[in-house]
Parts: sequence; C-alpha cells; structure tokens
Amino acid sequence: MSENGSHRGDHGASIELENLTKRYSGNPQPAVDNVSMEIKAGEVVIFVGPSGCGKSTTLKMINRLIEPSGGRIRINGEDVTDIDPVKLRRKVGYAIQSAGLFPHMTVAQNIALVPKMIGWPKARISARTEELLDLVGLDPGEFHGRYPRQLSGGQQQRVGVARALAADPPVLLMDEPFGAVDPITRDHLQDELIRLQHELHKTIVFVTHDFDEAIKLGDRIAVLRERSHIAQFDTPEAILTNPADDFVSGFVGAGAALKRLNLTRVRDVEITDYPTATVDDPLQEIFNRLRASGTNEVLLLDKRGRPYKWLRRGDMMRAKGSLARAGTLVHDTVTRDATLRDALEAVLTDNAGRVAVTGRRGEYTGVVDMETLMNSVHELLEADRLEALEAQHELEVARTGRTHAEQEGEGGGRKA
Amino acid sequence: MNFWEYLGNRHQQLLADAYQHASAVFQCMVVATLLGVLLGVATYRSEWAGNLATTATSTVLTVPALAMIGLLVPVVGLGVAPTVVALTLYGLLPIVRNAIVGLRGVDPSLVDAARGIGMSRLARLLKVELPLAWPPILTGIRVSTQMLMGIAAIAAYASGPGLGNVIFRGLASLGSANALNQVLAGTLGIIVLALLFDAAYVLIGRLTIPRGIRV
Repeated sequence: MSENGSHRGDHGASIELENLTKRYSGNPQPAVDNVSMEIKAGEVVIFVGPSGCGKSTTLKMINRLIEPSGGRIRINGEDVTDIDPVKLRRKVGYAIQSAGLFPHMTVAQNIALVPKMIGWPKARISARTEELLDLVGLDPGEFHGRYPRQLSGGQQQRVGVARALAADPPVLLMDEPFGAVDPITRDHLQDELIRLQHELHKTIVFVTHDFDEAIKLGDRIAVLRERSHIAQFDTPEAILTNPADDFVSGFVGAGAALKRLNLTRVRDVEITDYPTATVDDPLQEIFNRLRASGTNEVLLLDKRGRPYKWLRRGDMMRAKGSLARAGTLVHDTVTRDATLRDALEAVLTDNAGRVAVTGRRGEYTGVVDMETLMNSVHELLEADRLEALEAQHELEVARTGRTHAEQEGEGGGRKA
Repeated sequence: MNFWEYLGNRHQQLLADAYQHASAVFQCMVVATLLGVLLGVATYRSEWAGNLATTATSTVLTVPALAMIGLLVPVVGLGVAPTVVALTLYGLLPIVRNAIVGLRGVDPSLVDAARGIGMSRLARLLKVELPLAWPPILTGIRVSTQMLMGIAAIAAYASGPGLGNVIFRGLASLGSANALNQVLAGTLGIIVLALLFDAAYVLIGRLTIPRGIRV
C-alpha cells in the first residue's frame, strides 16, 4: 500500500445525485423517477430493493453506462453529467455479477487494463498488480498468469474487485457482485470486502436484493421501491429498529433481533485471552503453562501462529511424550471482521462452546465463548433500546416545538 | 507413361502451377478476410444489416463458379482479374457469417464490463470483442480456404493461374496418353495443397487463440 503513497490519498469522494431520472422511449412511466441522494466520501451505501425496482439502473447512471434522461450527478462536487463518459469511468471502479473477467486475458492482464489505458509505466503496473492480488487475498505468484476459467467463482470475483480497484479510483460501484457465488463463498467475499474497506476507505455504492447482505456491508442502506423511489435511507441499525413503513418492514423480514447480530463484529466485543503454546514447545512447558493459567485447556498453535488443536489436561496425561495424536483439531475459527452472528453460529456448533478468533493471516488473536457473547448481546440490545427511546423523545420534542411555533406563527399572522 | 513417370517428367511445371494455385488462394483469402471481418464489424450490431450481409454473401455462393467466372470475363477480361474477383467473392460468405455470429456471441456482460471500466468503442472492439470472436472467424477462414481450393481450379477456364490448367488440359484431350495423368495430378495437387493449408491453420490457431479461450 505504501509504494504509491504519494499518488493515493484520494480516500473516497462524495457522490451527489440530484433529481436523477431515466425514461425509456415507449414507456410512459420513468424507470427511475427523480432520485436525489447524497453519499458521503468513504461511505458504503447499499441500494436494496425488489427486482425491477430500478436500483441497478440508478447505479449504472452514476458511471453513465446508462445515460440519465434528466438530473445531475456530482462526484466530489464536480458535475460529471456531461463530461466524456470514458474518462468518467476510468475514475470510477466497476465490479459486476460473476466478475465479468475477460476470458482471453490472464488475471494480471485483466487487472492491468485500466492502469494501461491511463498510461502508467510498465513497472508501476506490474507492482500494482501484485499488490492488488495480495490485497484481495490471492497469492500473486500463483494466480497472476492464470486464465479466468482456471479460477473458482469466488476467486474470479476477487480478481473482479482487484480490477475495479486497479487505478485506485475514489469511487467503487458494485452491481450485485456476489450474486452468482455459493452462500459460503459469498460470506467470505463479504468479509473480505469489509476488511478491504477498512484499509481503503473508498466510497462504495453496492446494489443487492439481499437485505442481509445490505445489513452486513452497509454504512447506510437505501431501501428502494418501484421506480427507485427511496423508501428509507438510513443506517442499518435504524432501519432494523425503526422501519419507516410497511414496505420497509416487509423487506427487513422476520428476525430483526437476530439480524442485529450481523451489525456487530467480533472486534467490537471483548475477546478473552487463552493460554496458548506452539507445537514446538516442549511438553513440560505446555503443562506448566496450563497449570499456571488455571484453565482446563490450552490452545496449541502451529508454526505460523494459527490455531491448531485444543489440548485438555486429560489429553496431555494420555499423550505420553508426543502431541501428535493428542487433543481435538480446531475445525472452525472466525476472523475479527466476522459478525457476532457468525461467531454465535461457530460457538453453538462447537461442543465446548468457544471459538478461536484469528487475524488477517489466520494467526491466533483470542477466543470468544458463549458467556462473552451473551454479555455483549445484552449490552448491545440495551444500547439500541436506549437509543430508540432517545430518538423517539427527540422526535416528540421537535414535534411539540413545531406545533408551538406554528400556533405562535398563526397568532402573529392574525395580528398583522 | 505411368503416373509416377509423368510426375517425374513434369514436376517443374506442376510445382509452378501448384505454387500459383496456392498463391492465388492465399492472396484472395487475405483480401476476403479483411473485407469479411470489416463487413462483419460494420453490420453485426444491427439486426437487418447483419442479415443483409449474410444473405448477400450467401447469394453469391449459389451462383455456379463456372457461370460466375464466365460472367466476369466480359467485365474484367481474361486471366488473373476474374480469378481474383471470383475467389474473393466466394471466400467472403463463411467469414462474414462467422464474424457476425462470433461478434454477436460475445457475452453482453463482458461488453458491459468493458464499457464500465472505461474502454472506448475502438478499444472494446480490438481488445475484447474481436479476440473473443476470433476462434469462429478463424473457422470461417478455414472453411473458405478449403472451398476456394476447389473453385480456383475453375479459374483456368478464364485463363487464370493454377492447377486448374493441368486438369482442363487433361479433360480437353481425354483418350490421349497423358490425359488421365494430368487430371489426376491436378486433382491430387489440389488435395495436397488443401491439407497443407489446413495444417497451417491449425498452427495459426494454436499461436493466435489465447489459452484462456482455447477449447
């Protein structure tokens, strides 16, 4: 990330849509009707809505893949409604469903397309390609010469995101990018996107019809109904606890409390420290550490610091000098970016009710168990309740204030 | 004189004819490929223009080769000219058709992606659409070449170059000593040339179709 330090610094740009409208000839109803919206720099905004509601059309008008019939688009205050669309698109990253990689080009060639078009020198392009592959979690040495068809769906999608980010655009448009991959891969890709965004702070506009995806990824969510009318545009928390109308609550669906768990990440809650040892430690030392910690169990890490095995006191007794066959293998871990819901899932399926938390390279950082989770969830829900009460109170205060003002205003009018 | 003796005696003449035959087909193929791809590129976006181009070129193909060359002689004269015109016209159809089918067959989401990342119209055509349509276009070129190999023989009717001369000479003197040898040599020569060209196309395919889309 640091090689291009002088060049970047464009951490997202604000986007302003003003009365954006799209009419197709032969259709009296506009496909997108008068959408106005302000998206802050560095924000992830999700357009969510039923199919055919015009969310994708609205997105494609931002980079003018679809020319608006009316209204203005401003990026960072600059009106881009009439500039050369080719130039505009080179400043706006674009990732689509099933990645849209060009099958006749290698991974590296796909990623290098935009930097090449804007005339970067060769050395910089190849450095950037390696950097991006690393960023999206693909080994550059292994993947850069591969063709798209030699990749899995999830890997293709990663390359698609890398290509969209290639020239370091401040804005990234994503049109149902994870719509065509299986649920497990989709989950991973979502986690990756969250991690990426933590490093990059782009302005991301993301279209999906999956409300859970919207909750997981969005800083703010725009729930759209037909013709892209905005039903509610607010934070996921607000939409979950306070849906604007029946349409929105219908879209939110059942289980809002469970969905709330998707909004908090493991890194936001307390992670307990566990006694650990590495596979290379002598048995006696592991034993001492276990005794010193006062717990019944120690987490064995492999040579690269990743969780490997849970070792109980009993396992150690039976091990007799070799740890090769002792203990239970760690079969599930969660990252610090995983949601509490994922963590709960992992804890529930683990027979001892705890799960190891790992960092970016899979290295151990701590453990979450049932108890910490319960406490955190209680605190969260309590905080939400207070917030909702406060908001309600403010609303009432504002309302009474307004009524007063209106009455006084009327009175003043009569006098004059 | 048996066939092998005939070949031994006349190999210089035969080789010269074969060379001219191959050269005529090759040059006409180059022109037909350029024209065909251009026609395809110009018409594939529009439903009716594409259909018109395909229909027009296939109509040309229904005209018997002998009639076509005969009709061309009063217009462009004898010799090389009618040969080149006829071969090029016949060569167009498979190329135009495959170019249109190939270009139309490019996944629209890829074209969308290409636009979305800021490729200009020309860049899209040269870097995405044509490379992806290249395998069917190459197939079209192969089919055309095979066809032209046979049609080129008829060019001798208008005093054109090539192995057709040997065949026509043989046919004109049927019953004489070398007649059968001549016809046989000409025909076999054309088959050998066709096989050689086809082998060359396999090689060209290997070299020009990127590994990512090779079947």
